[in-house]
Amino acid sequence: MALPPEAAGHAAESSGLGGGAAAKPHARRDSVVIRFAGDSGDGMQLAGMQFTAESALAGNDIATLPDFPAEIRAPAGTIAGVSGFQLNFSSREVFTAGDEPNVLVAMNPAALKANLDDLPPNGVIIVDREAFSEANVKRAGYASNPLTDHSLDKFQVFQVDVTKLTTAALHSTGLNNRAVFRCRNMFVLGMLSWLFQRPIESTERWLEGRFKKTPELLNANLMALKAGFNYGDTTEMFASSYEVQPAKIVPGLYRNITGNAATALGFVAASVKCGLPLFLGSYPITPASDVLHELAAFKNFGVYTFQAEDEIAGVSSAIGAAFGGAIALTTTSGPGMNLKAEAIGLAVKTELPMVITDIQRAGPSTGMPTKPEQADLLMAMYGRHGESPIPIIAASTPADCFECAYEAVRLAVKYMTPVILLTDGQLANGAEPWLLPDVSKLAPIKVEFASNPDGFLPYKRDPETLSRPWAVPGTPGLEHRIGGLSSEDQTGNVSYSPANNELMVRTRARKITGIVREIPPTSIFGDVNGGELVVLGWGSTYGSVREAVKQLRDKGKSVSHIHLRYLNPLPADLGGQLRKFKKVMVAEMNMGQLLKLVRADYLIDAIGCNKIQGRPFKVNELINRISRSLEG
Amino acid sequence: MATALTRKDFVSDQEVRWCPGCGDYAILAQVQKIMPEFGIPRENVVFISGIGCSSRFPYYMNTYGFHTIHGRAPAIATGLKVTRPDLDVWVVTGDGDGLSIGGNHLIHALRRNIDLNILLFNNQIYGLTKGQYSPTSEVGKVTKSSPMGSVDFPFNPITIALGANATFVARSVDVEQKHLGDTLKRAHSHRGASFVEILQNCNIFNDGAFNDVTDKAIKADHQLVLEHGKPLIFGKNRDKGVRMSGNRPEVVTLGNGVTEADLIVHDETNLALAFMLGNLQAPLPTPIGVFYATSRPTYDAAMNAQMAEARAKQGEGNLADLLKRGDTWTVN
Ligand code: SF4
Repeated sequence: MALPPEAAGHAAESSGLGGGAAAKPHARRDSVVIRFAGDSGDGMQLAGMQFTAESALAGNDIATLPDFPAEIRAPAGTIAGVSGFQLNFSSREVFTAGDEPNVLVAMNPAALKANLDDLPPNGVIIVDREAFSEANVKRAGYASNPLTDHSLDKFQVFQVDVTKLTTAALHSTGLNNRAVFRCRNMFVLGMLSWLFQRPIESTERWLEGRFKKTPELLNANLMALKAGFNYGDTTEMFASSYEVQPAKIVPGLYRNITGNAATALGFVAASVKCGLPLFLGSYPITPASDVLHELAAFKNFGVYTFQAEDEIAGVSSAIGAAFGGAIALTTTSGPGMNLKAEAIGLAVKTELPMVITDIQRAGPSTGMPTKPEQADLLMAMYGRHGESPIPIIAASTPADCFECAYEAVRLAVKYMTPVILLTDGQLANGAEPWLLPDVSKLAPIKVEFASNPDGFLPYKRDPETLSRPWAVPGTPGLEHRIGGLSSEDQTGNVSYSPANNELMVRTRARKITGIVREIPPTSIFGDVNGGELVVLGWGSTYGSVREAVKQLRDKGKSVSHIHLRYLNPLPADLGGQLRKFKKVMVAEMNMGQLLKLVRADYLIDAIGCNKIQGRPFKVNELINRISRSLEG
Repeated sequence: MATALTRKDFVSDQEVRWCPGCGDYAILAQVQKIMPEFGIPRENVVFISGIGCSSRFPYYMNTYGFHTIHGRAPAIATGLKVTRPDLDVWVVTGDGDGLSIGGNHLIHALRRNIDLNILLFNNQIYGLTKGQYSPTSEVGKVTKSSPMGSVDFPFNPITIALGANATFVARSVDVEQKHLGDTLKRAHSHRGASFVEILQNCNIFNDGAFNDVTDKAIKADHQLVLEHGKPLIFGKNRDKGVRMSGNRPEVVTLGNGVTEADLIVHDETNLALAFMLGNLQAPLPTPIGVFYATSRPTYDAAMNAQMAEARAKQGEGNLADLLKRGDTWTVN
């Protein structure tokens, strides 16, 4: 869908604030994908997030994907400094932020250049004309000005004098040029809000909160926002505005949430439910730091956040807190996971509950820190010395991070084991509307510390779960010692007995595989009794896979989708479900890690669908790949 | 109706496995001896260690204990102490565990001033791995991993601790039982991170490393016992002292016009003096005792105070309200 096909006057002259007067017509659209792009300092992330909030309030289903530059402050106007934010808002259910934008807002030539390849023919480009100065055009690596050299002829270009119009609107404020320049994002937001019939009241409220302490900046931002809105209404450039009707959504109370915020809330909810303090030991790392930031603000919930000296201290301090009876967490990304491996092994061996959250990013090594990947699965499975199995859970959407974080804590304390929660950079920063759960209906989490010295032994196990007692310091009569050395069954005393060692290793492994009893039956989207091909996915690929499978099914193809939350142990019925299909395709953002597990565990000749570009699958990529496989 | 505990109450049922004659035995005995004096119930005491000979320590204490991984004990103890300020937490480490693989955690625990009692057994060798030079071994030391002599310049645990802004820094010796006991009691009564370097003889791989301060025949001439407010006097006949010559310390013999009034008077609250004493080297004597003691808020108390403040200001957190924060909307 190119948008807006009706709008004539490509590259129309802007007519300033005094333009047309009569109310303009609305045109209806099912879905629109907008990408906001600019210099890191242009505030495009903020504009995008606020446009998202407005769209959510307007009742659309939404999905977003921010795109951060690798550099914090790359030289202004360069490709390296371009920051983006993509939003898909729709009157239908949406699963992804969209393959390609219908509308690209480019605040400078670099933003245009960095994003143009993704724009389909006839796509809409909105630019700040004044930003296309000779110097800026050159800095972006253009040989000539793309606004005048006809290289954009296959698109619909709207040149708006954003800077000039913002300056004019803020003339009376007496603010300096720099401060005025920083209000351009609100002008653009106002203009787009008009164009897509979004109410701006929520943004006004948000600005009031953000600039509480600086009334002159609040005033300027409000003026810029309104000026942009009015400009949309009065300019002759836009012949009509667009309306995206509310989507049919499950009724209830919603808020917009990013994966990292949902992860933090899931942990707080779990700690409240079991009545124990929460402790996070963490070292700042992209893209995990926001969980630390979120949790640091919840001190009145009994949440301890400890910014450790390094990744190892992050996990180690959490182990200490777990020993003392807290709900213990550490959060990190791939490089930090490597560093934590030894300490996680200690938690496995001493059977202390904790959750390790790996918010995966593109590797290897430092890789692309701001870009998502799913290549830590086998590390989560096997990345420790010795036999040290750990339950693994993966979240599939930003809001799902809440449930997964909660579930990870529930399993950790029930089975007295570290649990790994996998999310990724896409989930972490992406956002979607979240139907707020009824707090009273969350699954119960029961924790009973050992207290009776009669017959107490630190490794005497629960007959069903095989978990050992959680005996915390301060409990009279339960004084005991634990450690990393191989230890005797029941007593936990240091033991080098060969048979005892095998018994303990096998018992711990049985404890983890026993977690299958917690996993609900695997549901198949599509042909529940089997069919041609099933796409098996996990983690953040959920949206793209579901959308691709849906579109293919709409065309009558026998394609289904199974998406996993539990990766270790795998669901007991998974093998049987997969065998109902002639072909099993495992889609993941790595070189085939779940694929290896599936092939090894079930001896199924599954095929891989892989992408390692630090970018999510596009729906069309999946459709093409699946179609080829159906034909082949 | 708590009955007073005795030394025996702190002895676990585990067989002690250090080499016969190891200095660790004397330290263990002294710790077990002084524990009852604190009047703290056993269940509130936790010993945490890393890896190395010294780190076997928790197994032998009949308290809560955690034998963890190499170098990480201060970090693990931090997580415990912050969330459980009610507990009496001890860290037992060695020169390899605390200053090599775990150096980072040690200095950060010290600068944060976590209320821990940190005992670093310094035997200037890797014992458990059978005798490689350690980060406190002297240059030139011949070991299995340094057949031509080590070219590795050593750390000085006292000045490392001072440099990390520790609030309590002391040194004692395994065989100086009374001095060791008194020093540990001082360390325990200090609020904040207390760091005690204990010179410990590894009779298997580095026997006699501290002979000058332990050999009865000569130790009086090499050991300088620091006492707050007292002049720095040592020697068999208590006739030697340390005074300033310009801005450098020197050893002088009392008499012939040199009196106690010329000597440096120890002041535990003087950081510059502590650094100078920490750096004393032969031919100057080896100081033992408390180098430095000062008071600074502890991290664990400060963090718990913030939590209490947040609760007082915002009220006890309400989960349903928390989830509803920010812009919400209702879909009908
Ligand atoms: S090797 Fe040395 S330090 Fe270790 S137990 Fe034996 S004597 Fe003690």
